[in-house]
Amino acid sequence: MFKTTALAYTYDGSFEGLLCCVFESYEWKETPLAIHSDGDGQGLLLESKWIETDSVKAGRVLRSIPLKISPEAEELVRLGFWSNAADKEMLLLNFLYLGFTHGRKVMNMLADDTVSALNKAVQQLRREGHHYLGFVRFSVYGPVMAAVIEPRGYILPVIEDHFCDRFQNESFMIYDKTHGMALLHQPGRQAIIPLQEWTPPEPDEAEAAYRRLWQGFYNAIGIKQRRNDRLRASLMPKRYWKQLPEMNGNPPALPALAARQERTARRLKSGQRELQ
Amino acid sequence: MDMMEKLEILTASAKYDVACTSSGASRSGQSGSLGNAVSMGICHSFAADGRCISLLKVLMTNGCIYDCAYCVNRKSNPTRRAAFTPEEIANLTMQFYRRNYIEGLFLSSGIMRSPDYTTEQLIAALELLRNVYNFRGYIHVKAIPGADDVLLSRLGLLADRMSVNIELPSQESLNRLAPDKSKQSILKPMGLIKSKITENSSDLVKYKHAPRFAPAGQSTQMIVGATPDTDYQILNLTEGLYKKYGLKRIFYSAYTPVVEDSLLPALDTKPPLLREHRLYQADWLLRFYGFEAKELLDEAAPNFNPLLDPKCSWAINHREQFPVEINRAPYETLLRVPGIGVRSAQRILKARKAGSLDFYALKKLGVVLKRAQFFITCKGKPLEGLKVGEHTLLRSLMSGQELAKFQLPEVEQLSFFDDSYMAALPEASTAATFGKGV
Ligand code: SF4
Repeated sequence: MFKTTALAYTYDGSFEGLLCCVFESYEWKETPLAIHSDGDGQGLLLESKWIETDSVKAGRVLRSIPLKISPEAEELVRLGFWSNAADKEMLLLNFLYLGFTHGRKVMNMLADDTVSALNKAVQQLRREGHHYLGFVRFSVYGPVMAAVIEPRGYILPVIEDHFCDRFQNESFMIYDKTHGMALLHQPGRQAIIPLQEWTPPEPDEAEAAYRRLWQGFYNAIGIKQRRNDRLRASLMPKRYWKQLPEMNGNPPALPALAARQERTARRLKSGQRELQ
Repeated sequence: MDMMEKLEILTASAKYDVACTSSGASRSGQSGSLGNAVSMGICHSFAADGRCISLLKVLMTNGCIYDCAYCVNRKSNPTRRAAFTPEEIANLTMQFYRRNYIEGLFLSSGIMRSPDYTTEQLIAALELLRNVYNFRGYIHVKAIPGADDVLLSRLGLLADRMSVNIELPSQESLNRLAPDKSKQSILKPMGLIKSKITENSSDLVKYKHAPRFAPAGQSTQMIVGATPDTDYQILNLTEGLYKKYGLKRIFYSAYTPVVEDSLLPALDTKPPLLREHRLYQADWLLRFYGFEAKELLDEAAPNFNPLLDPKCSWAINHREQFPVEINRAPYETLLRVPGIGVRSAQRILKARKAGSLDFYALKKLGVVLKRAQFFITCKGKPLEGLKVGEHTLLRSLMSGQELAKFQLPEVEQLSFFDDSYMAALPEASTAATFGKGV
């Protein structure tokens, strides 16, 4: 849109920071060659300009999106920023160029390379978010519960409302190991905060027992004659398995009920009375 | 018997009920209770057979006073029996739900003592969940044919979805395999549920806080392949049920032999998964694509062609309706093009507003052209270089890849050029001139 400069922009990796890159580009009527967040260790090859995050400038860009394009475009930009599309910063900058030129019509330009790439990235994020509505697994530690996830996109804000509504009375945490962030919830309060590291404690006896019951259920519900590993892996990709108790330690292949009963009985004999 | 063994027995005997969706109800959480419901439904895991696990699907008991030939739980089958108490069901549901293992409960049961007694047990479990544990997640419950109307009505006020399984698609098949049941005894509770739902929706207009009766509607299931019923019979019944009883979903279950019986396919018969898949596709065409059963099948060709999906079969037999111009065709017409689904059609409508579309643009929209290319033009022109010879057309339309993905065992045995199936395809010469002008 503008003349391309030989510069890259470097910003602090925040959404506001990126909006300031957009501001900078319009102010100098220049298009950078690339935009890097300072944490990603890229851009060493290019000379780069540091873009300071300034909430006044960011606010001006942000407010103009629903006004000059449409409210849906604002949502698309936010979600696009959370996606893990390669070069998402340049993608968003190019999308905003198009949007500020064509107005609300840009949302219909599905055949345009930039618009279609951004839509794809957002779809992927949404799909991953939807997957996690089902694939989050809490462990119960007395009065609190905690889950670990390893998503590709930054989906905590996408799933936040769902879990906080569903578990209104619970105190829980969902820890996003990939992005070092955690969603914390207590009745009446919720927040997403940075959390660099967290190791889940060992499950207590009751927790371990319910995990085993869940595994027992999982193995009993499949129909042997219909076994289809490929279909399962396409609907529940392997990268999710690590955090799913039912898939841990190479689950047995639909064991015959009778063969397991003895083993199970032995395992459950001690200390399981509250479950019987 | 310990909890694990009970759970395994009562899950294994519930697994042939294929419905596991948690869709159709929307309810936000509430302070003091656990759970909510999301209308699109959520899968929490996928079993080794690739089916979605959304609900804790168990039987209250697998003991039964009836003797349906196709059922593992039938009275005369010597199998281990177990039963949950309402307390056990409620506790397990809460514990699994809290850990986000499940979206809710799917509760069914063999018939204990009588249909009324069985229904009372189901009510006891659901009342405990809803009123004592304050559970607001999803509940699907089986309506037991033959139970008293008053009991069924109480059950419906506790559940999101109810279902009565038809299981066998015709009266003759029922007579043969389920002598304790009749079409009448199955349709009666269905009718009751329908009228309760209608009544409830007018109550809701009057009093906003009227309790909801099965807000996610009712569904049913049919077994495919245990009896000689044709796809045409099944699809007609399907269409009738959607219209007459306002069902939300009909599920098809490829018959998996579980008991030896002279009236049934032998124990080593493979479940007809491909046939089941075709029925689901056709069901989809009825519900979302504006097709009618009689357009898809008839007395002369009463079964689906395993090599072609139902929409392709239809399109090949209705060549006069193609090609369709992408930039002008209305939504309903776009939906009839093989390879164009609801999502693609919607994208085309949206993108058309921003400018006219060519084949390159369609690809950008994510429209898969493999099948569609034979049936469309863009700005009056067919895809450049498109050859419509007998082989390209058939190879592109036949669902080889799709079938491979499903790893259907019977596909390997199916020769792709088996005469009887090829006969159902158009003649080579007509295929070559197919899509006039293309
Ligand atoms: S009534 Fe139900 S559980 Fe009992 S034998 Fe028939 S199908 Fe099985």
